[in-house]
Amino acid sequence: MNIHGVIAIFNYEMARMKRTLIQSIVAPVVTTSLYFVVFGAAIGSRIQQVEGVSYGAFIVPGLIMLSLLTNSISNASFGIYFPKFSGTVYEMLSAPISAMEVVLGYVGAAAAKSVILAMIILATAGFFIDLEIRHPVLMLIFVFLTATSFSLFGFILGIWADNFEKLSVVPTLLITPLVFLGGSFYSTEMLPPIWQTVALMNPVLYLVSGLRWSFYEISEVNVFVSLSCIGVFTLLCLAVIAIIFRTGYRLRA
Amino acid sequence: MSSSSKNIISIKCLNKVYGSGFEALKSVNLDIHQGEVLALLGPNGAGKTTLISAICGIVRPSSGSITVDGHDIQRYFRVTRSLIGLVPQELTTDSFETVWNTVSFSRGLFGKEPNPNHIERVLRSLSLWDKKDNMLRTLSGGMKRRVLIAKALSHEPRILFLDEPTAGVDVSLRKDMWKIVENLKTQGVTIILTTHYIEEAEEIADRIGVINHGKLILIEEKDALMSKLGKKQLVLELTKRLDTIPSEFESLDLVLSEDQHLLTYTFDSASESHDISEFLIKIQGRNIQYKDLRTTQSSLEEIFVTLVQKAEGDTDEGIKAE
Ligand SMILES: Nc1ncnc2c1ncn2[C@@H]1O[C@H](COP(=O)(O)OP(=O)(O)OP(=O)(O)O)[C@@H](O)[C@H]1O
Ligand SMILES: [Mg+2]
Repeated sequence: MNIHGVIAIFNYEMARMKRTLIQSIVAPVVTTSLYFVVFGAAIGSRIQQVEGVSYGAFIVPGLIMLSLLTNSISNASFGIYFPKFSGTVYEMLSAPISAMEVVLGYVGAAAAKSVILAMIILATAGFFIDLEIRHPVLMLIFVFLTATSFSLFGFILGIWADNFEKLSVVPTLLITPLVFLGGSFYSTEMLPPIWQTVALMNPVLYLVSGLRWSFYEISEVNVFVSLSCIGVFTLLCLAVIAIIFRTGYRLRA
Repeated sequence: MSSSSKNIISIKCLNKVYGSGFEALKSVNLDIHQGEVLALLGPNGAGKTTLISAICGIVRPSSGSITVDGHDIQRYFRVTRSLIGLVPQELTTDSFETVWNTVSFSRGLFGKEPNPNHIERVLRSLSLWDKKDNMLRTLSGGMKRRVLIAKALSHEPRILFLDEPTAGVDVSLRKDMWKIVENLKTQGVTIILTTHYIEEAEEIADRIGVINHGKLILIEEKDALMSKLGKKQLVLELTKRLDTIPSEFESLDLVLSEDQHLLTYTFDSASESHDISEFLIKIQGRNIQYKDLRTTQSSLEEIFVTLVQKAEGDTDEGIKAE
């Protein structure tokens, strides 16, 4: 195992975050505050309570999920796409490092960044509402698993993409709509029955539901269903990555 | 370099067909000796970079085998790759990193524990020390090239590939580069470089390989190659003008300069039949007096051009014959 190699990739990727500290840290604080001002204060003043929790508190898991998904995907996809684009990937391909070690470095860093951001959002939320987390360990497990699996997904996206457009199309056209329609900012019980059924086909709903259960013990679907979903998704991404490296797909000519 | 020395890299029947169907390497067989400087020459698109990329693991061979220090490069990639440093042809660098970080990153990537002293030594030897905190995008092209060399040397490789290290590099930096190569050679590093500057190969290489259209058409000790293929010229500065070249010398390649003062005799230094002293005696016998004489040897460049042209001629004939 090339542990120095994994650490080198991890640190290199984290250094990128440090260079863009303002963008990395201030941006989520600002957006989270905006969500609370707009959704929490303006809309929340009319909705009052959802399933026994204040509207402001209700949207916290959704906000965290939104940030986790978009950041994991963009961090990991950009991390591996950029060396491909600039040509510096030659060094990784010629280094004594296995495919899975490369994945560990990139995905580890991307996931670590998203987890840090999630914690920043959580802390920011604490300024606006009284936070209560019934199952903090489970909450961390959800945050960690989601960050990992979607960083894996982002890694695949970064290898697949051969231009910047492809890189941004998945997060903006697929993930953001799924998060918004996945019950992040409302309970599906507020929807007409047909749409409740449709909403259940949205995988992100299971994630948001699971995370929300760890906060307030309220959920749309059983929390174990949520956990299995994320587990299956992680394994699926790992399998795809294994195939990519076995065939040298888009990395080695 | 004796032929009995150990082969650090051994390539057998290597073929590479790119996804496009293009055959970039055609049954290449090559043994690279430990500690030697091997120069690979060949026109654009000949397959030099492809060959290097295959050895380093960047390009997957279509067939054939490559071993480095006796280990198969696919099966034992951890061993073989950690022995190799690669300076690529393209200047590819992360614009926003500092010199120090990017070089330290390379060392880690190649599985070595951090060693700031070694990194400092490498940066100093490449005159990059005062640039260590500069961002890469603020460096000139020649300095970026040095950074790539520093990255390749960061993990103390025993084999170094330099793919056109002196392309677009000024004369003084080129001389520096030659010194660096010489230094590494004395440390026992095996060096394989590609170049389009033939005087460079002539200056620093022990052996020379020529690739054309994906085939290794020649691999020879430089000195042997020079004397075997080299044409020599003997120039006589005549005391008196000579009106015509005597008919007795018709079979020889003799040229008289326009001012009729210089007589140039071109001969193949490899051929057994020529004999300068005999020629000089004959000249004197014809009462042609000279006050000075010098010999010159054709450069590798001329040899190279002749070789490639010959190879092209061969393939042309092959096509015609079909
Ligand atoms: N990824 C690729 N896919 C398809 N063809 C390729 C690829 N890389 C190189 N080639 C082709 O293979 C041939 C050999 O290329 P290579 O880069 O090895 O040449 P070279 O000898 O290094 O040339 P130069 O002196 O210009 O650097 C060229 O015809 C090139 O177009
Ligand atoms: Mg090349």
